[in-house]
Amino acid sequence: MSSAATMSVSTRDTERYEEKDFGFWLYLMSDAVIFACLFATYLVMVGNAAGGPVPKDVFSLNRAAAETALLLLSSTTFGIAAVSLWAGDRSKVLLWLAITFLLGAGFIALEFSEFSGMIAKGAGPDRSGFLSAFFTLVGTHGLHVSVGLVWILVMIGQVFAKGLTAPVASRLMRLGLFWHFLDIIWVVIFSVVYLPGLL
Amino acid sequence: MDIFGRLTIESLPFYSAIAASGAAVTVLGALSVAAVITYFGAWRLVVFQWLSSVDHKKIGIMYIMLALVMLVRGFVDAAMMRSQQAIALNSDGYLPPGHFDQIFSSHGTIMIFFMAMPFLSGLINLIMPQQIGSRDVAFPFMNAVSLWLSTAGAALVLISLVIGKFSTAGWTGYPPYSGLEFTPGVGVDYWIWAVLISGFGSTMTGINFLVTIIKCRAPGMTMFRMPLFTWTVFITSVLIIFAFPALTVACAMLALDRTLGMHFFTNGMGGNMMNYINLFWLWGHPEVYILILPAFGVFSEVVAVFSQKRLFGYISLVLATMAIGLLSFTVWLHHFFTMGSSARVNSFFGTMTTIIAVPTGVKVFDWLLTMYRGRIVFKPPLLFTIGFLVTFVIGGLSGVLLALPPIDYLMHNTTFLIAHFHNMIIPGVLFGYLAGYMFWFPKAFGFKLNEKWGTRAFWCWIVGFYVAFMPLYVLGLLGMPRRMEHYEIAAWQPHLIVAAFGAFIILLGMICLGVQLWVSIRDRKEALDLTGDPWNGRSLEWATSSPAAPYNFAVLPKVECRDAWWDMKQRGVAYQRPEKYEDIVMPKNTFAGAVIGAAGFAFGFAMIWWIWWLALLSLAVIGAAIIVRASNDDDEFVMPASEVKAIEDARFAQLAKAPKNAMEGEPGFAGQPAPEPAA
Ligand code: HEM
Ligand SMILES: [Cu+2]
Repeated sequence: MSSAATMSVSTRDTERYEEKDFGFWLYLMSDAVIFACLFATYLVMVGNAAGGPVPKDVFSLNRAAAETALLLLSSTTFGIAAVSLWAGDRSKVLLWLAITFLLGAGFIALEFSEFSGMIAKGAGPDRSGFLSAFFTLVGTHGLHVSVGLVWILVMIGQVFAKGLTAPVASRLMRLGLFWHFLDIIWVVIFSVVYLPGLL
Repeated sequence: MDIFGRLTIESLPFYSAIAASGAAVTVLGALSVAAVITYFGAWRLVVFQWLSSVDHKKIGIMYIMLALVMLVRGFVDAAMMRSQQAIALNSDGYLPPGHFDQIFSSHGTIMIFFMAMPFLSGLINLIMPQQIGSRDVAFPFMNAVSLWLSTAGAALVLISLVIGKFSTAGWTGYPPYSGLEFTPGVGVDYWIWAVLISGFGSTMTGINFLVTIIKCRAPGMTMFRMPLFTWTVFITSVLIIFAFPALTVACAMLALDRTLGMHFFTNGMGGNMMNYINLFWLWGHPEVYILILPAFGVFSEVVAVFSQKRLFGYISLVLATMAIGLLSFTVWLHHFFTMGSSARVNSFFGTMTTIIAVPTGVKVFDWLLTMYRGRIVFKPPLLFTIGFLVTFVIGGLSGVLLALPPIDYLMHNTTFLIAHFHNMIIPGVLFGYLAGYMFWFPKAFGFKLNEKWGTRAFWCWIVGFYVAFMPLYVLGLLGMPRRMEHYEIAAWQPHLIVAAFGAFIILLGMICLGVQLWVSIRDRKEALDLTGDPWNGRSLEWATSSPAAPYNFAVLPKVECRDAWWDMKQRGVAYQRPEKYEDIVMPKNTFAGAVIGAAGFAFGFAMIWWIWWLALLSLAVIGAAIIVRASNDDDEFVMPASEVKAIEDARFAQLAKAPKNAMEGEPGFAGQPAPEPAA
């Protein structure tokens, strides 16, 4: 291949990554609309307890605070992983991705115990409109976090196997967008679901 | 029998002769497709050139094939309803109520989700990248995933005819009727999962098109030089990205209610069914513009090309499209004026609805003024456009009537509404797509569709439309509700008989479309499009060969103004042979898209029938396919310059054989510069 062709191929690659980043932003916008609909539904249904438990009975501020701390922290650790990526430090990237994974997994574990505790107490999603809306909103976020965890694992594998190549770095940046996006959604959940429910 | 969930032998349609014959037709249809492929020994071709293709043109063609198949199925449903209602005065007719309900539900669902949406994605895929001078869409692989997810949804609707039953809750699936309490069984679940799975495909398509338009335009193709079709695709993509999530949420919640016993929309236990109706129409109204804007785009291209004149009011058409896109999110409540909002809320949404008619009116005048003093060539695409212009205005007027809440209180859920929206959607959406199909067919296949049969199809469709749907306005005024399986009011019957006759004329139109395709393929040698520019076109899709090379453009075109291709012909720089060719990077074919589609189908089927292991398995397959695909950095190949040169040399040899200008013989040919085939 002539050197001119190589050149044009590689500028093409950067264009490709820009396209992918832009497409990913659009996906996030679309996903944000999904969450907006879920939030709206929650707000419409939060009073529909149908004689069952109301927010005060089922939420725990401590656990919600712990979940928030874990997730915010994991956003920070992902940030450090991104900085290490720019520094080209492969083992640090691996390390901070692993830490991010653990924090995220801790979040999911807490959420799992919250959900299973509620279901055991008879406050499952089939109890009332309020609980359906709660489980679906928070569960959808949790599902996203779980997908993000799998994605982190895949990226750990890719960094391990391929190194910090351009495509891998570009994927890591999008994973970062995703992870921070979920953080923002969680902050909204905390302030729309847990805080008003407990105060 | 746990491993089959709630699927049992009773799910097969042997309980009724009509259901069994529907199932038999579906199965035979599938078998005969397989037989035809085998007869032509084409399995290799189908599997390795089409199933695995990520070429936007092939994906576009497959979308349109899906749409045409589903159009036939949707029409059969319509014909059954029309004949039932023609005879069901004081009798049950030939369709029992439960069956009739399935038919209007599947008709509406198929026509909107599996005829119109694939048709739209198909036309856009085929043409939009070529119009902006691009080699492909931004994400070719995701494009294939979208196609196969749409196909999976359509396959779910089709298979509901064979295994189990389809929904009886209409194409809108309103709760609480669509909840488990009032509609147990799998019908509503078929509807939900077909809609959800194809909806994911549509959302990805929207993202794909938007990124393509923003990032992949040829040098010099500024936003305000884009052809109008591309502009409408741009706005439609934005609408898809922001509207489809509402549908996804509404359907997912309904699925949660039905599968996990939640209480989003149930009658008691704190459910709120109005929330469904709001979410559904928050998507539903933008959806009608998602469908119609690209059709407006087609009309804009067709009217300019066949008037041999620049499009009148380009900027106003763009602005009107934007205005419609914005306003389309502010009118959704007009679908349920009667459901308890205050007068103030109703008047707000009534006013917004009336306002949205204004930009649409602007467009109508722009099209008319494009034809004014044009040199009009009455080819079938233009016939459909003129038919649209006349008919659509009538539908728009009845829509403005319905936008007035007091009138809507009288007309809500009557056949007046049915007449109104078919009056918009058949001339507006379907005629637009059919015009696009006949206009761009040569670009896809390298030969033109037969014009005589195209003209016949047009006349049958337009006359059939009036005969089939004008009586429905009258029936609505006579108070006939929609979705009636039988009735006792004798005054209705004559109108229904006329409407059935109209459906028969439309059937002739369908047959003409089929004959047109058949005759055109048979006589293709006589209608070859050797130049790639059969209509003396204006935009860049006519700069490529017909069918276009895999890379569309060997050298990316340089755009200097609107109507780029017309301009190149004027300046005498069309059909220029570059000094040398370069290597071109192309995406590799992959089966991952088809695998994800197949697993999506299996997942939907499993969720419908509560076959949990299959649901988990298919999810795992989808996840694995995505991970494998996302870890593959070797998804492109380089087509060497020598191969490009060979393809292009063949093209120029063909050009040299072509007549000077394919439209030269037409009355009113304005003496445009003829393509100058290079030596
Ligand atoms: C080809 C000619 C067509 C005929 C003869 C036809 C006929 C009908 C009939 C008889 C109904 C039932 C009316 C009632 O409820 O009383 C209906 C409903 C409907 N049609 Fe069509 N139709 C045609 C084309 C289309 C097209 C092209 C679309 C959309 C792209 C469409 C979308 C719908 C929808 C959404 C419904 C409502 C279904 C429901 O009630 O849930 N139709 N049509
Ligand atoms: Cu509407």
